[in-house]
Amino acid sequence: MKKVFKRPLILKDVPFHYCPGCTHGVAHRLVAEVIEELGIQDTAIGVAPVGCSVFAMDYFEIDMFQGSHGRAPAVATGIKRVLPDRVVFTYQGDGDLAAIGTGEFVHAATRGEKITAVFINNAIYGMTGGQMAPTTIMGQVTKTTPFGRDRDTSGYPIRVCEMLAPLEGTAYLARVAVHTPKAIIQAKRFIKRAFEVQLKGLGFSLVEVLSTCPTNWGLSPLEAVKWLEEKMVPYYPLGEYKLPPGVF
Amino acid sequence: MSRVLMKGNEAIGEGAVRAGCRYFFGYPITPQSELTHYLAKRLPEVGGLYLQAESEVASINMVYGASGAGARVMTSSSGPGISLMQEGLSFLAGAQLPCVVVNMMRGGPGLGNIAPSQADYFQATKGGGHGDYRLIVLAPNSVQEILDLTEKAFELADYYRNPVMVMADGIMAQMMEPVELKDEVQRKFPPKPWAASGLIDHPDSKKVINSCFVIPEEMEDLNLRLRDKYTQIINKEQDCEGYLLEDAEIVLVAFGTVSRICRAVVEKARQMGIPAGLVRPVTLWPFPAKLLAAGAGKAKCFLTVEMNMGQMVEDVQLAVRGRVPVYHYGRMGGMVPVAREILQEVQKLYSGGEVK
Repeated sequence: MKKVFKRPLILKDVPFHYCPGCTHGVAHRLVAEVIEELGIQDTAIGVAPVGCSVFAMDYFEIDMFQGSHGRAPAVATGIKRVLPDRVVFTYQGDGDLAAIGTGEFVHAATRGEKITAVFINNAIYGMTGGQMAPTTIMGQVTKTTPFGRDRDTSGYPIRVCEMLAPLEGTAYLARVAVHTPKAIIQAKRFIKRAFEVQLKGLGFSLVEVLSTCPTNWGLSPLEAVKWLEEKMVPYYPLGEYKLPPGVF
Repeated sequence: MSRVLMKGNEAIGEGAVRAGCRYFFGYPITPQSELTHYLAKRLPEVGGLYLQAESEVASINMVYGASGAGARVMTSSSGPGISLMQEGLSFLAGAQLPCVVVNMMRGGPGLGNIAPSQADYFQATKGGGHGDYRLIVLAPNSVQEILDLTEKAFELADYYRNPVMVMADGIMAQMMEPVELKDEVQRKFPPKPWAASGLIDHPDSKKVINSCFVIPEEMEDLNLRLRDKYTQIINKEQDCEGYLLEDAEIVLVAFGTVSRICRAVVEKARQMGIPAGLVRPVTLWPFPAKLLAAGAGKAKCFLTVEMNMGQMVEDVQLAVRGRVPVYHYGRMGGMVPVAREILQEVQKLYSGGEVK
């Protein structure tokens, strides 16, 4: 019998530590599939962040760096400048990239570093127990916004793709979600494009992945999927925000 | 061999290039700017890269990435910028990555000023960042030595897989002196089988650059391995220079710029009949305790002279183990002690009965 579906070889065959219903696993799998489909597993080097996905360094069976909180784009810059023929990507959460690492990702983007950022936006800090993230939406209840995020205390959530789009160094920007089969198919297509942009040496590429965190949202996995669709997608519209002209 | 006039900052740059360093990531700050100017021109000449980062935080993390990918790499800064790098230095030490970091110390605390200082001694030699770790810290006292020790710093960093700091001050950075540039030799770099440069380089074993061990037993195991390494460094790498120590009863201890002033003080004191001598630590960590204790056997007291409140005093006290008193004379905030002031301190100690 022909095998038509299997686990990507570069994704370690172990139970992930992620909570039930968390979509980090789906995002990991998409990145792994893209790397295998592009045949770049020998030259791909990943940088894991601080946060829930710190153990990405264990799950991806390729060379990996564990960087300090928020600095993955700087670490990736160092790697890529030394080894320009390698495919270097960061995998970062919203606290890592859009709060503490704001300086690093913006400047890696504006330098046009030929790296790819996979940015997991689940609107909350997962690893530390459910505090407000820079992407927590207005009114969202977290451990540190117990009455809901309000503008006078905490300001507004950051839209990363929209913020990066005007920078000349960015070559590809897209926002996807991984809460439905249809969304997942599109997510994979766009993640693949982000890596292809790097392979063509066109500049900085980033894919923002709207992701669920049932544990810290206080919802069941199914409710979380619904919450993402109803609450996150309207504030964070899906789609491609920047494309290199004439490539796709 | 050629003899040229160079600034301290430029000598660091040239020393780095000669050591095979091809990558520099940094952020502007006075008084180390000439180093970045020099490397911005010099590195492209040898196929290297100078990259100006958005901050010192980014610089040290770029160093982390470049070093983990297998390159000889450096960054440099001064006071406030070095403070920003402390987290990164802890990560580099934890992941056992080699690199060279230059600190051209300036007056502090806070924003301080851009005048020379030695007030980052504690930060460099006692930790600075979080966790149990050590930097190897080298303290040159001439432009020639800046050049030589910078080259040595890269060798030590690679050999021990540890960050090495070359630490001087605004005077050393800015002053010009003639240096001998030796004919360049073809260098052999040590292999770096641990580098995470992609599976293409090591298909059978994935490499991970990491300092995160969630299981305490594994984290302690890393600490034990680090401790073994640091013990080896303490035993092998202590370095200092002694001057007129054989019969010295008052022994001055000073490093960097201040050691040059103290040498003149010792000569002056000798002319006045005071048996003074000088110990100049070249390695600040490991502190040259063995050599200090052995070389100054006749000392009846020590006087550390520093451009700080006395940060080296306790290292000297530990080295002499309470056998004789240790005094301190220091200027702070960018002030440089002059020979006359130090000589007065020496005379006070001599006439005050410390050497009877």
